[in-house]
Amino acid sequence: MRGPTIGPPPPAAPPARPASGPAGAATAADPVLLLRRLRKGFKGHLGLGHRQALESLDLELRRGECFGLLGPNGAGKTTTLKLVIGLLRPDAGEVRLFGRSPADARTRARIGYLPENPYFYDHLTAEEFLDFYGRLRGLAAAERRTRSARALRRVGLEGRGRVALRKLSKGTIQRVGLAQAIQHDPELLILDEPMSGLDPIGRREVRDLILEFRAAGGTVLFSSHILQDAEMICDRVAILDRGCLRSAGRLDELVSSRIEGYEVTLRSAHPATLPGTVVARDGEHCLVRVADLQELGRLLAAATEERGEVTSIWPKRRTLEDLFLREIGRPPEERR
Amino acid sequence: MSGEVAAPPSPLAAIRAIALNTFREAIRDRILYLLLAFALGVIAVSRLLSLLTVGSEEKIIKDVGLSAISLFGVLTTVFVGTSLVFKEVERRTIYTLLANPVARWQFIGGKFAGLLAVLALNLGLMSAVLGAVLLLRDESPWPLVPAIALILVELAVIAAFALLFSSLTNPILAALGTFAVYVAGHLSWSLRLLADKVGSGLGAVLCEGLYRVLPNFDYLDLKASAVHGLPRPPGLVPAAAAYGLAYAFVVLVVACFAFQRRDFK
Repeated sequence: MRGPTIGPPPPAAPPARPASGPAGAATAADPVLLLRRLRKGFKGHLGLGHRQALESLDLELRRGECFGLLGPNGAGKTTTLKLVIGLLRPDAGEVRLFGRSPADARTRARIGYLPENPYFYDHLTAEEFLDFYGRLRGLAAAERRTRSARALRRVGLEGRGRVALRKLSKGTIQRVGLAQAIQHDPELLILDEPMSGLDPIGRREVRDLILEFRAAGGTVLFSSHILQDAEMICDRVAILDRGCLRSAGRLDELVSSRIEGYEVTLRSAHPATLPGTVVARDGEHCLVRVADLQELGRLLAAATEERGEVTSIWPKRRTLEDLFLREIGRPPEERR
Repeated sequence: MSGEVAAPPSPLAAIRAIALNTFREAIRDRILYLLLAFALGVIAVSRLLSLLTVGSEEKIIKDVGLSAISLFGVLTTVFVGTSLVFKEVERRTIYTLLANPVARWQFIGGKFAGLLAVLALNLGLMSAVLGAVLLLRDESPWPLVPAIALILVELAVIAAFALLFSSLTNPILAALGTFAVYVAGHLSWSLRLLADKVGSGLGAVLCEGLYRVLPNFDYLDLKASAVHGLPRPPGLVPAAAAYGLAYAFVVLVVACFAFQRRDFK
């Protein structure tokens, strides 16, 4: 049942980890998480009105991968994560966490969860809080102490365990939340906007923590609207918008492998006559964008003919931000 | 790094952990100390009250003391109990708590156990002060013990209602609902009288039905007999305690069902 332990950065290749333990009915080949035709709607105030938060969502999360759930506010990311944990019950469809329903409490022993903008008990110190959660997870007293100290050290809060939680800043509370999520070495980390509220150093540390966790064989499901972070740590992403899955797949397939043209910087006396689109110009120096390899060939031939000088050629790949903006900007009828 | 497998927590371990946290939260709450200080003050000065009234001083001390214990116990139950679940939901601490291997019934059970521990501690302190006041007058406090024990049982029933309402609504409505049950539970005899007056028909059925459904707190009230040293039927205390605890259990089961079906948006 025990998941990966977070320690010094391990080798890049994630080892396969068998599923075992009391809730380990699933095999290593089974998906860690399976969502099938998941639907969820909410009634409005006083039962009036209805808002469809999630529309027939299908997702599969494989062992050892880092999966990013992306989307703007109100896209259904948090709703999805709450359905996975069992805080919400689906209207239709199915959630299988380690092959079981999330309502099965034993299944939840294998996950670590950090909600968006977490808030913890004011009356406790960080150590008392972690001790409380260690008890809920069935850890013995000595193990609770060891694991809590290790988790606090891991999130950069060594020596601050005896400070009351009410005295901590938002970013520090976020770190305490991360410490509780990794305290029991879960197999699956579910993080809802883990970077929100953190300064650049904090973001970097959380990113490192996620990468270490995954490298040690753990599986990560996280939601974010910070695309740069997702681009740096995700194996696969899904883009949600207004409860609908707009795009999903391996990050390298969705973004970086697709060359969508070239940007050429060159010196030319007559740039207007060149193939492609001049996007910037400073005297004879200009930046020209061409759509494909053929057009690039024609541009280079034209530049050679007029004795111009090519300074650089950059293949233009689609970034996650480009994909995100395109998917979110698509009208609803073009979804999927 | 250790990679050992932890045994799944037992249901009681989770309840104990939540109870301990609830207890910690309550005893670090200033409202509790305020109420307790006020109650202890009333008990301590009950001798002064006895000087201002007609009757046996000891009886008045006992009467005021037991009434203060009961009243402040109820106030503590309502103030602390009605916000227990609501605060967890409102502050979203319940999100991470229920993401652990904790069933929802364990959460309710833990909250109840923690609240009961606070009430027992509260009651113990107030009883100790009353006992000390009586001992100073060479009066034995032990005859009051059954009455105090049943006050705790009554508080357990009220705590169960407080948790039920706290699982369903906000603290203000929960407090109103819990007070309503407390008052109705002490006046349930009047429903029987009303049913007799109404005679027959829907009104009588309604009164009789309410009489049977609402808790009968008079059954748990031994204050008068303890103060005046009146004889009690044998087996009354254990039977009354069993009734109260069974009632609290049923209300808790209802609270668990209500909580089980709840979505946390």
